[in-house]
Amino acid sequence: MFSRDRWQEIFQTISKNRLRTFLSGFTVALGIFIFTVLFGMGNGLKNTFNEFFMDDATNTFFIFPGRTSMPYKGFKKDRQIEFRNDDLEDIKKDFALYLDHITPRISKSALARYKGESNTYTTRAVAPSHQIMEKTIIMKGRYINEKDIKDQAKNIVIGRLVEIDLFGRSENALGKFLEVGGVIYKVVGVFQDDGGDNEERYIYMPYTTRQLLDKGTDKIDQIILTYKTDIGYAGAMAFDTSLFKYLKEKHKVAPQDQNGIYLRNTADIVKRNMMFANVLQWVVIFVGIGTLIAGVIGISNIMVFVVKERTKELGIRKALGATPASVIGLVLQESIFITTIAGYIGLVLGVGILSIMGNSFKEDYFITNPQVGMDVVITATLILILFGVIAGYVPARRAARVKPIVALRDE
Amino acid sequence: MIEIKDLHKSYRMGSNSLHVLKGLNLSIKEGELVAIMGSSGSGKSTLLNILGMLDEADSGAYNLDGVPIKNLNETKAAKYRNKFLGFIFQSFNLINYKSAVENVALPLYYQKVNRKERQEKAMKYLEKVGLKEWADHLPSELSGGQKQRVAIARAMAAEPKVLLADELTGALDSKTSYEIMDLIQEINDGGKTILIVTHEPDIANMCKRIVHLKDGVIVEDTFVEQVRALEYVQ
Ligand SMILES: Nc1ncnc2c1ncn2[C@@H]1O[C@H](COP(=O)(O)OP(=O)(O)OP(=O)(O)O)[C@@H](O)[C@H]1O
Ligand SMILES: [Mg+2]
Repeated sequence: MFSRDRWQEIFQTISKNRLRTFLSGFTVALGIFIFTVLFGMGNGLKNTFNEFFMDDATNTFFIFPGRTSMPYKGFKKDRQIEFRNDDLEDIKKDFALYLDHITPRISKSALARYKGESNTYTTRAVAPSHQIMEKTIIMKGRYINEKDIKDQAKNIVIGRLVEIDLFGRSENALGKFLEVGGVIYKVVGVFQDDGGDNEERYIYMPYTTRQLLDKGTDKIDQIILTYKTDIGYAGAMAFDTSLFKYLKEKHKVAPQDQNGIYLRNTADIVKRNMMFANVLQWVVIFVGIGTLIAGVIGISNIMVFVVKERTKELGIRKALGATPASVIGLVLQESIFITTIAGYIGLVLGVGILSIMGNSFKEDYFITNPQVGMDVVITATLILILFGVIAGYVPARRAARVKPIVALRDE
Repeated sequence: MIEIKDLHKSYRMGSNSLHVLKGLNLSIKEGELVAIMGSSGSGKSTLLNILGMLDEADSGAYNLDGVPIKNLNETKAAKYRNKFLGFIFQSFNLINYKSAVENVALPLYYQKVNRKERQEKAMKYLEKVGLKEWADHLPSELSGGQKQRVAIARAMAAEPKVLLADELTGALDSKTSYEIMDLIQEINDGGKTILIVTHEPDIANMCKRIVHLKDGVIVEDTFVEQVRALEYVQ
């Protein structure tokens, strides 16, 4: 079956019938190429999505004060709610069972200046556990620590891009003094963050330092906390409800008031994002299957055409002593050979395009690191080969059964 | 060599059936050169196709070189065709993307002869039909007469017991036809059994025996004085 003679016969038919070879090869190569590229880009979309939305800690509550929209317990509506340091302490004390980490966050934009360079950045005054929630990665130095908080130290941690903006690529910011909003701070750390460029342009400082500079206030902008993951989704929702009620009670906000205090629970968001990611995954799979089906239909049509075109030749071969099995074998082996080679070419081209694309479509089209698993592509190629075989076998068998006189009849 | 008894063949076309061969009896010995004649539609090609195992009879016996040809499956038939029979068709039936020598070598491929020997044998038979210099040409580069010579070389290459030719000169002018018949006579002189279907009397007269078919039966079967084609060549 796989003798050298047979292969020579096949190589000859392939090389002497260029159009036919090209047609079937092209269909398969194109099918696999499109499949690889689309599948890879789909994966790229998914990667971007994961990077953007799965970057921060997922067991997080964000709590913001707002302005009441209802009168309650003698207070008029439109009252601005404010959080203070004792809110942190109370939550720590009363929800110890659920709570993992908690931090305040006071955001303010400020002009930062170092030697000749200056730029405006958002500063975030936080507690040390903020690092865990943002998944901030320290490149050098350290993050804000408890001692900074206690001492109200004028220490800051700056983003990678802040360092590049102000210190250039060659100078090391660590240990240098930076003027931020008119106050001199010492840079104790430089961080990076996977959440994108914007996240690398923050400046972190101890929240107590910020409060000190703001005339000794103990006001905080928002509270961010993470809960223990072992309480599960239901536990998180229960925590959400009772914490929300507790804070409204404490700040005298009517229980039905939608605007006094906001609590954003990422458990919900994460669930939604996961669903969206799943939808994306399905879209990718759907597109992949679609291209494969198109490829299969293409190769089937071409095989029918090929066998029809060869009817007379196969009839001659049979008259000269070709057995039905050898006729089928000849047609199939040729189609498998072409499909495999063409599939491989399509695969290489597709993977090539994907790697050329790389991350260059990240900004405009949200495609990060588009790639396809080898297993996926090889499976796809095998499917095409399989269908090429089936598609070739049916007409090949019919051709092999046709009596030679019928095939040879002059029309 | 060929022995047929009470051979019947009908073609079914929709509801009605056409009785083409109505009980033929024929015996052909080794080394004969037989012309089968008859008007169009008399069943000449049908008979030849049955003899060539390209088609099957409905009833009757057929013995080829002592082997009963009956209820053959396709694989068996292919093997017998390859071993016993060489075909020459009116329209040559060469494979258009193969060169002359590759066409001649093809039946040897199906005899599982190795490549080198195939090549040698194919060249030998091409030389016999006078086309050695044309070995590497494609059929499209050959004249009708040359194509038929290649087809004859191909039929000979497998060294079959019987050559079957259906209107082998039908597509050729008379001069070329005589050249081809000269070649056929030469091969027959070598001892090969040959059957030729034709409706040209001058071609038939170059054979040694003429069988006349009419309405599916043999109406005349005569041995004739062979006219040598060489006299008409040049
Ligand atoms: N496959 C077929 N199906 C149906 N009828 C057929 C088939 N082959 C031949 N016939 C019919 O059988 C009859 C004999 O055909 P055949 O080809 O044997 O004639 P022939 O003697 O070779 O004629 P010609 O000289 O024109 O070649 C014709 O009437 C033809 O129409
Ligand atoms: Mg005929």
